[in-house]
Amino acid sequence: MKLTTLLASAALALGLAGGAMAQDKTKVGFVYVGPVGDGGWTYEHDQGRLAVEAEFGDQVETVFVENVAEGPDSERVMTQMALDGADLIFTTSFGYMDPTNNVAAKFPDVKFEHATGYKRLHPNVSTYSARFYEGRAIQGHIAGNMTKSNIIGYIGSFPIPEVIRGINSAYVHAKKVNPDVEFKIIWVYTWFDPAKEADAAKTLIDQGADVVLQHTDSTAPQAAAQEAGGVVTFGQASDMGQYAPFPRVSSIIDDWAPYYIARTRAVMEGTWESQDTWDGIGAGMVGIGEITDAVPADVREEALALKAALADGSYHAFTGPLNKQDGSPFLADGETADDGTLAGMNFYVEGIEGDIPQ
Amino acid sequence: MDLSAINPILLIAAMIAAATPILLAAIGELVVERAGVLNLGVEGMMITGAVCGFIIAVNTGSPTVGFIAAAVGGAVLSLLFAFLTQVALANQVASGLALTLFGLGLSSLMGQSYVGIKPPRAEATPLGPLAEIPIIGPILFGHDLMVYLGLGIVAATWAVLKFTRMGLVLRAVGENHDAAHALGYKVKRIRTLAILFGGACAGLGGAYISLIRVPQWTEGMTAGVGWIALALVVFASWKPWRVLLGAYLFGGITQLQLNLQGAGVAIPVEYLAMSPYIVTIIVLVILSADKSRAPGSLGRTFHASG
Repeated sequence: MKLTTLLASAALALGLAGGAMAQDKTKVGFVYVGPVGDGGWTYEHDQGRLAVEAEFGDQVETVFVENVAEGPDSERVMTQMALDGADLIFTTSFGYMDPTNNVAAKFPDVKFEHATGYKRLHPNVSTYSARFYEGRAIQGHIAGNMTKSNIIGYIGSFPIPEVIRGINSAYVHAKKVNPDVEFKIIWVYTWFDPAKEADAAKTLIDQGADVVLQHTDSTAPQAAAQEAGGVVTFGQASDMGQYAPFPRVSSIIDDWAPYYIARTRAVMEGTWESQDTWDGIGAGMVGIGEITDAVPADVREEALALKAALADGSYHAFTGPLNKQDGSPFLADGETADDGTLAGMNFYVEGIEGDIPQ
Repeated sequence: MDLSAINPILLIAAMIAAATPILLAAIGELVVERAGVLNLGVEGMMITGAVCGFIIAVNTGSPTVGFIAAAVGGAVLSLLFAFLTQVALANQVASGLALTLFGLGLSSLMGQSYVGIKPPRAEATPLGPLAEIPIIGPILFGHDLMVYLGLGIVAATWAVLKFTRMGLVLRAVGENHDAAHALGYKVKRIRTLAILFGGACAGLGGAYISLIRVPQWTEGMTAGVGWIALALVVFASWKPWRVLLGAYLFGGITQLQLNLQGAGVAIPVEYLAMSPYIVTIIVLVILSADKSRAPGSLGRTFHASG
């Protein structure tokens, strides 16, 4: 009898100690769609993870799984992370949207943060994204000025609002400075496949494009442009500075570190709440990589002025008058697009040729 | 729609380049399977070849040395598979899958300090006046050496399998390893050599991606080409020229669909994106309506006591 009580209390004590140990460290999990060495999208998320470690030191433990396919596989990975005691899980690709919500339903005590999505079906799911389209506006401005063939190639990943917004924003601002500009868009249906991205870039260049914008994660299009010579590119998601000063003349850099640190702190302090964050250049979530000397000085100045205006909110990347592709009005003169419209954008603006795959 | 934007000469040249990595990996696997071994590790050997070739090419400044290193790298990794399946008599399917996972991990480890570095450029083969011929010149004679080497390997494989004693022995081992053993042929030695050849070819294919097609090193850059090569061998009914046809079809339609998209053709992109897979499968299935079948001993473990 005494022995049983002793054992039971010992077990209880151990259990409590174990619980206390687990609470000591906040465990943060990251699910990546590509390898951390992709030099683009996943690389920047991993930089954010490292920033969390640097900020909190021994108080946190981070884990990550890379190359997780969008779909059922990702659900398995998230479940495993939650079972392993993660307190906070960042799922960093659009295709993890439903899996994140499914797993969140099963683990109400674990906080989930889904990047670039819009579904928050449970109180333990937040979404966050960056206003990449602000950076696209600057790219469009530079691209429109620098193209000589007036053909700008665009490598699209998946036809989702985030990518379509980028195409529209770049087109609007390229057209503004160069009315003859034409966009050629190729959808590769992958976020990361260097060979396919390189093929798409080469195809666009073969078809006359002398500026190639990409919404995929690897640096392969940069290499293809360099090989072809005389073709302008922009770093995507990460600086891709190894291709500067030419072909890479500028870049959009995602800076997730401040957000990841803030959210981890919120979990530690128990102040975490479901929310939707959508920050741009102003908040520092979207950075513009150095505009190199390959860009004429006046274009550079204009681009920087555009960046400043986007940052302080005096200019919105989608400001009317703008029509949709079919000619129907989108924004009246001076009107700006609201976030709801932007979040679900599934149409091209007037002037872009071709259909969005449905 | 603006089809005039597509330059047929550049398109065909791009097709040939896109098909080469698949072709190299598939012809190597064809020899392995004709010897009765199913090696599912093609993807792992390709990516290992890609990183070995890249590292050596960057350090020596010579793409040629890089390609040799890639072949060696692929072959060394396949030696592991040979040891597991021929000596330790492990299950071939499991060993092959393990080889792919191992190759992917090993290559990212080896390539860590090579991300973002540019490899030396592989020059087009100097074929002199041939490349100057209008239209045919840029299509056929403007490529790097590996394209011609790939074609050469296909022709040689076909000739060896069909006309030589060596090819006959290899096929005998693949069809019925017990009978071949009874006749006194060294089944394991022959299979190990075939596996090494397959590894070297896969390594070359991988290096073609990292040194010529992309050209840079990124983790996981082969992105499934090895699996396509594996499927191609089956659909080509283990025949070298059909492998060539399949690889060119696949590479060609991949390029064509990108070009059609760029030209704004009004075919839904989803259909274009799946077209390389579908067309290649349909054509090869129709071709394989004859009575060709898999080698009799494919995937079976051989033990001399059996």
